[in-house]
Amino acid sequence: MRLERRAQTSRRALLLAPVGAVLLTLALTSLLVAWAGAPIARAYLLLIEGGFGSRFAITETLTRATPLILTGLSAAVAFRARLYNIGAEGQLYAGALAAVAVGGLHGGEGLALSAWLLFPLMIAAAMLAGALLLLGPALLKSRFGVDEVVTTLLLNFIVLLAVSALLDGAMKDPGAMGWPQSVALKDELQLSRLLSRSRVHTGLLAALVLSVALWALLRFTTLGFEIRAVGSGPRAAAFAGMPVTAVGVKVALLSGALAGLAGAVEVAGRTGYVTLDMSPGYGMSGVVIAMLAMLNPLAVVAAAIFVAGMLVGADSMSRAVAVPTYIADVIVAIALICMLVATLLTQYRIRR
Amino acid sequence: MPAPPLLRLNSIRKRFGSLLANDDISLDLQRGEVLALLGENGAGKSTLVSILFGHYVADAGTIEIDGQPLPPGRPSAALAAGIGMVHQHFTLADNLSVLDNVMLGTEPLWRPWSQRRAARAALLQTAQRFGLAVNPDAPVGSLSVGERQRVEILKALVTFGRKQGARILILDEPTAVLTPQESESLFASLAQMVQAGLGVIFISHKLDEVLRVSQRIAVLRSGRLMAVLPAAGADKPMLAEAMVGRPVAAAIKHTREPGAVVVELGAASVRDDAGRSLLAGLNLRLRAGEVLAVAGVAGNGQQALAELLCGERALHQGTLMVDGRALPARPREWVRAGVARIPEDRHAVGVVADLPLWENAVLERYAAPAFARHGLIDRRRAMAHAADLVQRFDVRGTESAGLQTPTRSLSGGNMQKLILGRALAGDPDHPGPPRLIVANQPTWGLDIGAVAYVHQQLLDACAAGAAVLLISEDLDEIFALADRIAVMHQGRLGPARARADWTLAAIGLAMSGSGVDHAAEVVDAA
Repeated sequence: MRLERRAQTSRRALLLAPVGAVLLTLALTSLLVAWAGAPIARAYLLLIEGGFGSRFAITETLTRATPLILTGLSAAVAFRARLYNIGAEGQLYAGALAAVAVGGLHGGEGLALSAWLLFPLMIAAAMLAGALLLLGPALLKSRFGVDEVVTTLLLNFIVLLAVSALLDGAMKDPGAMGWPQSVALKDELQLSRLLSRSRVHTGLLAALVLSVALWALLRFTTLGFEIRAVGSGPRAAAFAGMPVTAVGVKVALLSGALAGLAGAVEVAGRTGYVTLDMSPGYGMSGVVIAMLAMLNPLAVVAAAIFVAGMLVGADSMSRAVAVPTYIADVIVAIALICMLVATLLTQYRIRR
Repeated sequence: MPAPPLLRLNSIRKRFGSLLANDDISLDLQRGEVLALLGENGAGKSTLVSILFGHYVADAGTIEIDGQPLPPGRPSAALAAGIGMVHQHFTLADNLSVLDNVMLGTEPLWRPWSQRRAARAALLQTAQRFGLAVNPDAPVGSLSVGERQRVEILKALVTFGRKQGARILILDEPTAVLTPQESESLFASLAQMVQAGLGVIFISHKLDEVLRVSQRIAVLRSGRLMAVLPAAGADKPMLAEAMVGRPVAAAIKHTREPGAVVVELGAASVRDDAGRSLLAGLNLRLRAGEVLAVAGVAGNGQQALAELLCGERALHQGTLMVDGRALPARPREWVRAGVARIPEDRHAVGVVADLPLWENAVLERYAAPAFARHGLIDRRRAMAHAADLVQRFDVRGTESAGLQTPTRSLSGGNMQKLILGRALAGDPDHPGPPRLIVANQPTWGLDIGAVAYVHQQLLDACAAGAAVLLISEDLDEIFALADRIAVMHQGRLGPARARADWTLAAIGLAMSGSGVDHAAEVVDAA
């Protein structure tokens, strides 16, 4: 058995790849469901019903999808430029902390500014925190060739430990009965609800607007052209006179800012304060979402809703049948592997 | 019944998607002959030998060696049957010695001791027998290209560790990297191998050497075997026509008086990032309307010279003036100054292969006012420019997807036409011709038709007043295009002398560094 490069990749293959990957993922995870002793068909039915089957399910899925869209965009733009940012988790927490530092500390009132000024300042601080966190690895990569996968991955642990220290120290909420959680954001800074009787908030709109904006950036602007060229042909881009290092820095700032924004949106839209379990791996799921979307910012929205549906659905499924809720994480992880294989098969065919 | 031939290919057929790469090819190789496989790129030569060596499996057809069928798709079976292959790009480990490279992969994993002594004896014996002198203990990284090729050949021939050494040797474009003298020495070794009863398949698209080295010539075109001719009695025009399918006209050179000095290099030296010298003490003066060719064996500093003159690399010492100005080492400034740049590696450096054709057509000028406003790319103008290039420079292969064709899917010749067009045409605000053309191996790997086209475009631009610096390892090309020729060796550039003052032998000597003409250097410096 061997792989042969295809002469060209058809549009149909590109559309079928994510669908095929998802179906294969569900087929593979059904083995685990069976192992857990649950009826496969009923379990999957419950999973889908739990994720998409009712008004409540759909609104919960959209709430979960909001930060996932943002981390998915963060990974998509970085991967387009071949900057393998695996640190969105850390950048998300950095953004969340920065948001609370601007809008929650100082006696629970935030900085002494009007909400009209304070809100943009909070968002800017969160984006800046995420961006700066990725700037270091990007510069180390361009200057010294340090592998950014390693640096960004390890920064996650550093940030999480720093968050842990802050939640028990400088940013600890004195009224939280000793729980390690931060001071809450000022009420005026919380995002408003999009729908009544749900948790869907205006952050979803921001995520949708940003995915269109990022798509347009990549498609229509000189910077987008540079990002795509530097990503798929760095030597040709340099030969043609593109500022390769500067493009890398801009992409790092953009990707980090999107992940940082995800943190701020979670705090302002859902939790209100920072806890250590605020993100159940949104950063890492962003990588999967970007790959499922084949790095297309518009497709990121669909991929994020799929992943969110699995996460939400697994919660309700695990209450009805004896499958632990961790099945959702397994599905997401296997989906990544299946998607990588499917992407490979769009470019190569298997020969005997 | 006569003995079966050494190798017999029976009706080999191989299809890649819609492309019939090998269409019913039947071919014999006898003991003691060199069979040349002649054809343009894409004619199916590589596919055929890949099937023979087991890299691909044929859709139909069989292979016999000495009358025994060869199981398809297994390189190990091909090796065991005595097929040795020397690839165009070497497959040696630079940090290991010659002996280690030859032994690599021949020893069983679980044997606790090594058989270096026996391997060494076998290596030296084979080297002696075929006139392939090498030092078994030298690290491969320290060898010249010609020596490395000898190691590759020895690796295929040495009997150590296998039941038998190669009886059939396949050489894929072996002379592409050699000096004329090294090629001669290779041909002498081939003659000895043939005398010893080996069969050699010699793949090439150079007509001279095919005629010189082989007994029979098999011509492939578009996957079909067009003819198998005895080399005696064949001639170049006949082979060229069989290869291309129509008579091929050589590029026409108009001579004109050189104009003003466009490029002036004075005692220029260049270092790499680690501070090692790449170019030392280069003096060069290039005028408008002339072609100056830099000859040399690959890896003697040509790449650094090309990078210097493409704005990719900065000078360490000395002066470099283009039209009397010192330009900063930024490609965009050079493009703006009217320098048309044709890089050596068209796939990885010339284009971004995954992007569509039209984006690659403006790759050097996407940020210029002609194509961009306020950070937005003017797609309409960029596409119009790309369409213009496709038409003017005859870029084919865009029938199904037009300007959105992924550049990867263009053939080498059409990709080069796109790069050539992009460089020569300028942009709508600054239409060509350029002031200077830096062409690094512009026809490497192209078929005869595309070569003639590229040559004609370079000569036409030169006649229109461009100064042309041609860096090439192909001496035929250099003699066809150049007004003056200089030879590069170990980062130094010899004196540029008129084409008529050079002979092939003199260039060969200068390329190997042994014929440096000190007298001429003194005269030139004075």
